[in-house]
Amino acid sequence: MSTTFAVETHEPAVVLGTSAPEARPVIQLDHIHKTYTMGDVEVHALRGVSLTINEGEFVAIMGASGSGKSTTMNIIGCLDRPTRGTYILDGEDVSQMSKDERADIRCKKIGFVFQGFNLLSRTSALENVELPMLYLGVDAAARHERAIEALNAVGLQGREQNHPNQLSGGQQQRVAVARSLVNHPALILADEPTGNLDSRTSVEVMEIFQRLNRERGITLVLVTHEPDIAEYADRVIVFKDGKIKSDHPVEHRRSAAEELKNLPVIEDEDEEDE
Amino acid sequence: MNLLMIIRVAFRALVRNKMRAALTMLGIIIGVSAVIAMVSIGQGASASVQAQIESIGTNLLFVSAGAQNVGGVRSGTGDTGNQNLTVDDLEAIKREVPSVSMVTPSVNARSQLVAGNMNWNTNVTGVSEQYPDIRKWPVATGSFFTDADVRTAARVIVIGKTLADNLYAGADPIGQDIRVMNLPFRVVGVLAAKGQDQQGRDQDDVAFAPYTTVQKKILGRDRIQIAYVSAISQDATYTAQSQITDLLRQRHKLTANEPDDFTVRNMTDIAEAANETSKTMTILLACIAGVSLLVGGIGIMNIMLVSVTERTREIGIRMAIGARSSAVRSQFLIESIVLSLTGGAIGIVLGVALSLAIPAFLGWPTLVSMMAIVGSVLFSAAVGIFFGYYPARKAASLDPIEALRYE
Repeated sequence: MSTTFAVETHEPAVVLGTSAPEARPVIQLDHIHKTYTMGDVEVHALRGVSLTINEGEFVAIMGASGSGKSTTMNIIGCLDRPTRGTYILDGEDVSQMSKDERADIRCKKIGFVFQGFNLLSRTSALENVELPMLYLGVDAAARHERAIEALNAVGLQGREQNHPNQLSGGQQQRVAVARSLVNHPALILADEPTGNLDSRTSVEVMEIFQRLNRERGITLVLVTHEPDIAEYADRVIVFKDGKIKSDHPVEHRRSAAEELKNLPVIEDEDEEDE
Repeated sequence: MNLLMIIRVAFRALVRNKMRAALTMLGIIIGVSAVIAMVSIGQGASASVQAQIESIGTNLLFVSAGAQNVGGVRSGTGDTGNQNLTVDDLEAIKREVPSVSMVTPSVNARSQLVAGNMNWNTNVTGVSEQYPDIRKWPVATGSFFTDADVRTAARVIVIGKTLADNLYAGADPIGQDIRVMNLPFRVVGVLAAKGQDQQGRDQDDVAFAPYTTVQKKILGRDRIQIAYVSAISQDATYTAQSQITDLLRQRHKLTANEPDDFTVRNMTDIAEAANETSKTMTILLACIAGVSLLVGGIGIMNIMLVSVTERTREIGIRMAIGARSSAVRSQFLIESIVLSLTGGAIGIVLGVALSLAIPAFLGWPTLVSMMAIVGSVLFSAAVGIFFGYYPARKAASLDPIEALRYE
């Protein structure tokens, strides 16, 4: 049916009216425990977290520091392994995979967006976006084409050759979003993506996330400690003391696109296309 | 991710830090060019010694008076005060040793030579008429003196090119008189120019007279310091050497347990000794240059370690995005190999250029050795791998979560 999105293959940029996410699970966490040993002390970061996120969902994970939300994010992002429990990502059990296997999974299935942008310095926006495809083994011509396309999707056409230090914070974060998109991942994981941005730029980035989620059906997991940012998602999960405290849909979901229309446009030379 | 891409990534990383890459490479550049230049100098010296020895003639033997035994090495050219090598001995060698074709004594007299209002200080060497054939040194103009001149102790002289130029300044010296110790000598020939020898001495600053004349008229004594003997062939030199030794021991009435009071050496031995010397020198020079290559390698390791620490965040980003540990390790390893190989390549160009420039500026002969070039390439690649491996492993072993958090 027309609402099905095969995440492994490339889709045209504009497909409208796919609001109902179908119930295919992308993330299945089953009784996840994570215990760190610091010297003689055992720290229980996660104490049995079970959670399912379906394809096309936009989930915000919240919680105070020490609540286990970062640990959860690291496990979801295959940067870390659970001590106990199973994690099935896109139909594949990744909970006991080796370092290299997890690297491959991250490469193919997960796009990362970080608080500090984490772009390679002294490297053009285009090359930064090409980077994940380099590790996937995409040939040069396709790399170039897909990177250009991803940069267009985040509204950065004409900025391909700029280096991160020639871009504003919002633009840098958009490059990072383009980079996360480019391997057509099953999931984009955004860790405090607006933490270093001012409020208008934050709304702009959220607008891109909402658009990608809506138009391409991309599954998004957003870690944030700002309640108003969490309201751009359609579901909010709150962590406390290594467990899920609450998990509920967002009642009055904010639309970043609507808000942008009402926000006064601060015209600086870098923000021309909205 | 294939090798070509890793190489490109490595190149890009180096290009991003041009100054640092250039300075790091400098160590390898200096090392490699030093090795090549040093080996070229050594090989050049060796080749020119070899060529010189060959030009003298490999069937040449030296017989000298007295025996010196210094550190187990026999050398008889020193003045030992013994007067035990005589003209009769040489006559006997010529007469009785079948493997010997020619003999000439060589007696030196340092003298002032005067021609007209010009004068010049040089060695007048007394030799027999066979000297030009033994030393393979032809006469350019005029002729060498004859057997009869030697027998009659005639006052004739054959001069080298330098003397001819300095005493006669372009005029023909043949038939002119040169005064040696106030005795007039008639110039009968000028020898072909030889140029400088290995040590830079002018080989044309010489004069030759019959040995009988030098002994009687200049030195006033008939001792012989050294004689040149020509064997009938190169193969015959060892036979000639032992036959001469036997003959001289017999003539000098030496008993079996008495040491030789003379020394016989052949050119082949001297050539080998010279070869040995220049080989040792080449190895020594290469080793010293090799140390600088090693230091260059340590420089690479140092920079790569700094680079890994500095780029911890980059490593974290690459890993988070999907780089395997092996890709990160390869990237850093290839960066260091690229550094050392690029340095090596520039070093080769510089080293070869130096080797070609040295003869022009210092007057030393050089010979660019293919082996040194190949050796330096392999060595610099090995340096890159060896000194790059540890930093690369360090980079690959980083934990992506920790690395991303690194400020």
